[in-house]
Amino acid sequence: MFSNPLIYFVVIPLLMLGALALCANIKQIRAVAVAGSVALMALSTYVLLEYLDMRAAGDNAPMLFVDSWQWFTPLNIHLAVGVDGISIAMLVLSSVIIFAGSFASWQIPQPKAFFLWLILLSTGVFGFFISIDLFTMFMFYEVALIPMYLLIGVWGSGNKNYSAMKLTLMLMGGSAFLMLGLIGIYYHSSADGHLTWNILEIARNGAISSGWQYFLFPMTFVGFGVLGAMFPFHTWSPDGHASAPTAVSMLHAGVLMKLGGYGCFRVAIYLMPQAANELAWIFLILTGVSVVYGAFSACVQTDLKYINAYSSVSHCGLVLFAILMLNTTAMTGAIMQMLSHGLMTALFFALIGMIYGRTHTRDIRLMGGLMKIMPYLAVCYVIAGMASLGLPGLSGFVAEMTIFVGSFQNADMFHRVFTIVACCSIVITAVYILRVVGKLLFGPVQDKHHEELTDATWWERLSTVTLIVSVAAIGCFPNFFANLIKTTFSPEIFTVLGLN
Amino acid sequence: MNITLIYWLIPSLIMFCCGVYGFITRKNMIAMLISLELMLNAVDINFVLFNRYLFPGQMEGMFFTLFAIAIAAAETALAIAIIINIFRSIKTVDVQGIDKMKF
Amino acid sequence: MDITIPALILCLPLFMFLLLGIAGCKMSHKLAGWLGCLGMGTCLVLSYFTAFTYYFDPQFVAENGERIQHTVFNLTWLQFTDNLTINLGFLLDPISALMLVVITTISFMVHLYSLGYMEGEKGFQRYYAFLSLFSFSMLGLVVATNIFQMYIFWELVGASSYLLIGFYYTKHSAVSASKKAFIVTRFADLGFLIGILVLSYYTKTFDFIKMTSDPSWVLASTEGATFMGASVLTWALVLIFTGGMGKSAMMPLHIWLPDAMEGPTPVSALIHAATMVVAGVYLVARMFPVYMMEGAATMFIVVVGAATAFYAAMVACTQVDIKRVLAFSTISQIAFMMVSLGVASLGNGEVSHHGLGYMASMFHMFTHAMFKALLFLGAGALIHAVHSNDYTAMGGLRKYMPITHWTFLIGCLAIAGIPPFSGFFSKDEILSACYAWSPYIGMWMSMVAALTAFYMFRLYFLIFWWNNPDYGHHKPHEAPLPMAIPLVVLAAVSCVAGFIPFGHFVTWDRMPYDIHLDWTIAGTSIVVAVCAIALAWKMYCKENGLPAKFKNALPALWDWCYHRFYWDELYMFITHKIIFNGICRPIAWFDRHIIDGTMDAFATVTNKASYAIRGLQSGQVQMYVWVYLIGALLLAGFGVLCLIM
Repeated sequence: MFSNPLIYFVVIPLLMLGALALCANIKQIRAVAVAGSVALMALSTYVLLEYLDMRAAGDNAPMLFVDSWQWFTPLNIHLAVGVDGISIAMLVLSSVIIFAGSFASWQIPQPKAFFLWLILLSTGVFGFFISIDLFTMFMFYEVALIPMYLLIGVWGSGNKNYSAMKLTLMLMGGSAFLMLGLIGIYYHSSADGHLTWNILEIARNGAISSGWQYFLFPMTFVGFGVLGAMFPFHTWSPDGHASAPTAVSMLHAGVLMKLGGYGCFRVAIYLMPQAANELAWIFLILTGVSVVYGAFSACVQTDLKYINAYSSVSHCGLVLFAILMLNTTAMTGAIMQMLSHGLMTALFFALIGMIYGRTHTRDIRLMGGLMKIMPYLAVCYVIAGMASLGLPGLSGFVAEMTIFVGSFQNADMFHRVFTIVACCSIVITAVYILRVVGKLLFGPVQDKHHEELTDATWWERLSTVTLIVSVAAIGCFPNFFANLIKTTFSPEIFTVLGLN
Repeated sequence: MNITLIYWLIPSLIMFCCGVYGFITRKNMIAMLISLELMLNAVDINFVLFNRYLFPGQMEGMFFTLFAIAIAAAETALAIAIIINIFRSIKTVDVQGIDKMKF
Repeated sequence: MDITIPALILCLPLFMFLLLGIAGCKMSHKLAGWLGCLGMGTCLVLSYFTAFTYYFDPQFVAENGERIQHTVFNLTWLQFTDNLTINLGFLLDPISALMLVVITTISFMVHLYSLGYMEGEKGFQRYYAFLSLFSFSMLGLVVATNIFQMYIFWELVGASSYLLIGFYYTKHSAVSASKKAFIVTRFADLGFLIGILVLSYYTKTFDFIKMTSDPSWVLASTEGATFMGASVLTWALVLIFTGGMGKSAMMPLHIWLPDAMEGPTPVSALIHAATMVVAGVYLVARMFPVYMMEGAATMFIVVVGAATAFYAAMVACTQVDIKRVLAFSTISQIAFMMVSLGVASLGNGEVSHHGLGYMASMFHMFTHAMFKALLFLGAGALIHAVHSNDYTAMGGLRKYMPITHWTFLIGCLAIAGIPPFSGFFSKDEILSACYAWSPYIGMWMSMVAALTAFYMFRLYFLIFWWNNPDYGHHKPHEAPLPMAIPLVVLAAVSCVAGFIPFGHFVTWDRMPYDIHLDWTIAGTSIVVAVCAIALAWKMYCKENGLPAKFKNALPALWDWCYHRFYWDELYMFITHKIIFNGICRPIAWFDRHIIDGTMDAFATVTNKASYAIRGLQSGQVQMYVWVYLIGALLLAGFGVLCLIM
């Protein structure tokens, strides 16, 4: 069991939990958090390199590092693991954000409990990305969601009880759909009565009848779509993010929302390609709307976190939009957008947290001229903004362009017109980003009390630099990531998807 | 006169109904407890009776009654303890006044 | 050609940007400035070397005398599909070599000039870092081998322009000007992007050489596809041109350029006069053979260009801020280049004139870059001396600032089209091309040329002659040496550049072409220009009441010109009233109250329902017993009934 490197993605966080339980003071807690997140980063890098080696050696299996251990015999539940390009990209993303997040919560009150929940959450995240068994996948999904309630409810700010409750209930509502969909898939997973939860086997069997696909596809897509902030199920996001503490916002927008997009691809589309092909138009309209709608809504918000939450709605809408285009380029773009959005939003939320920690307000009308007071943070904010509005050389550009070019390759007019609608978001994004940058960072100093504030500390610098370097790495060397992701779309997948 | 089962059952039924009536109408919790005991004892009597008349060779009903009496004693002690505590904190044993933990 | 030098041309400014951007705050002003100049100077030498090798080395000329398009390198940056790939490459052909020279020259002059102009400014290192970033992006843009590479660097120049306009970030006006510039050009870039998507969908390529070497193939690949009545190729080309309209400040997307003058003056000279704003022209020139295939799109270019040229010239006659006069003049001159490209591709069948406009446009782009940069740098020297942008604060400055005065005069003569200065030759070619296509457009452009001469000399006289205000203790001083050298160099270039046999270097088909001055057209335009200058001299040489009289005679016209025909107000109305208050706010409200309200309503209904039924759990034990008792009795009764039945 322990010879498979993937299992360590769950083991390391569990060990961290154990170590945290023994910690007596803040120094030890920090040490555990940093050591653990470094170990996770090292592990994900190792898996990435190993994966590329194996692919280069000509291994064309749909997933690598595949393993399966019986867990609960009567229902045929396994702990089944396996990764492809997409999961590896997500694992790397998660480890980077957890690393940056631990530094961003350097001085959190009640650190022990906070980190316990945070690490539990990341256990769920990593478990989700490595699982290929629908049941364990769902279990890890829930493990990732529930700590969020406590993290926001206890360490949050503002109207935190309401937000935590809203977020949890809406996501649980999504889970209800999802659970139904997954059980439905299980009972139709095989034509000859050997029911299975394993994604690869279900895909190979292709036994779900088209009638059931029509029912199960919307169930799973909406179920995951709620977490992917799909219009009109996105409203947990602004309130949730606004109340969440910094690291939680980072992890939530950066990684957890990716669970939605990932699940939509891995379960809804991969297992039910026929329904995906025929029902895509409904969801294309919804996601296309969310792209533009989120951007427009962000234009008039005054709370920094609300602006970013709506911007996330817009950007994550683009992810689902591209996935539904059902072609390699657009899907590659979708995954790159997940990476890009994850890093860039995490950076945004980290910076907002740092600014809020100093000024104690997130209202852009009450701040101004921060460039003069805290130049480091302000420059980082500009970089994050530029990444968000798609400046070449940073990650947003390559992701968006891959999506637009890919989506536009669809032969029918409907898809192309909707692509153009989605393209319009690049202008609106520029509007709200520059509005914030102009009001918050430039201009004269608004509040005299802000003049004594200090610039970033070393841990804040480390946290932001990690994210900026990652954003720039994707932006400057996109082909590496694109090729990594494209390895997923091996010929075998296309026979499963029945697409090209 | 042959004393059959029914002669015993009627007082037991009356006792049980008294218990039910008392439990519903009395406001004092001690009184309610007493009513509860009445009901329990009526049931105990029935156990003994059915054992004696229907299955004379066996002892299960007797034993069950003994258990029920023992448990009822424990339960009464517990109930009294709760009532005393309630009285200490809110100075009443009126059952209608005790609704603090309602919602 | 060896890959090293072209690669260095691109990498050096990028490296300087990173160096100055990251380590700049630890450096002294002087070190950062000189490092910047050194980097740009090296880049200048390398670019000259590359351009001269390209133009004069026979290996770049094919047997039939055609200059070849040489791809120095072309690396895959991002692969979309098997056919569609973004490459980062270096395309060497007549126009890219020309632009390499223009960009590095102006950029180096500006680097040098800024040593004096920006001395002591806070953020001096940042300024040089941004300049390097801009130079990098602009160089990348002109050497692009494919349209997507151009789009990438197109965005990058937009961003560096944003950063430089907003350089004085504590000033509200600078911040909003930078925002405006970015958003307006972003809007135009949306058109560009959609154009690229449409074109690449049909042609399955981004590559310039592939598209331009055989444009009939592009036409064939889109054959039959129409959208809303127009052919898809027309749509694509018009949309791509929209991108050019944004960057090159064509009406109605010109509104950002006058405001962009909030940036430091050397930046205006570099970005908003000489290099970035001609990117639109360059784009059309790059795609020229494709545009030639499509009459409707080129017609659109001519109409937009002609309207913009006239509009901007009218507005320039009334502005007070000297940089804004120059900005409108830039808009007008770029429109000249656009019109020229448009009429060239329409061709009119005459072989001798077919492509004349193209050559003229590129020629004007070159000369305009030199003399407009000169004028801007001169304006910078004036602003540096009197600390104001308005001509009302100036007057009689010829005595205090002789170098600035003479170089500025040369710039004015060049733009007015007086021989032997460079502007005369290039503008004459443009007018010839226009007349060759249609006398109406030719006359229209001649009229604009007359206006150009008028407003430039109005500016010149108002600054250097007019009255002699009391400057008090702060006597205006001549520009310091680092500022004076670029002025002199650029003035010298403006004097001689007209004599370059331009047709031998840059033509649309890359075949040599001999320029013939058409003296009927040249003669008329000289006469017209001289008349316009004379009028300006009459009105503005000495302080008098004539200007006021003119103003009072045509108050409405003056008002409209002064307020730039109320374009900004119109945009303000559209963006704030319609988009912001009419779309964004209702959507935000809709989201909070309808969508979120629905979600909250689910919770509220659940909540209310539970409150409604919780009364059943009264907490009264005796109540429960009653209910229980009755229930039990009912059940028993029901059971008995069942037994009996």
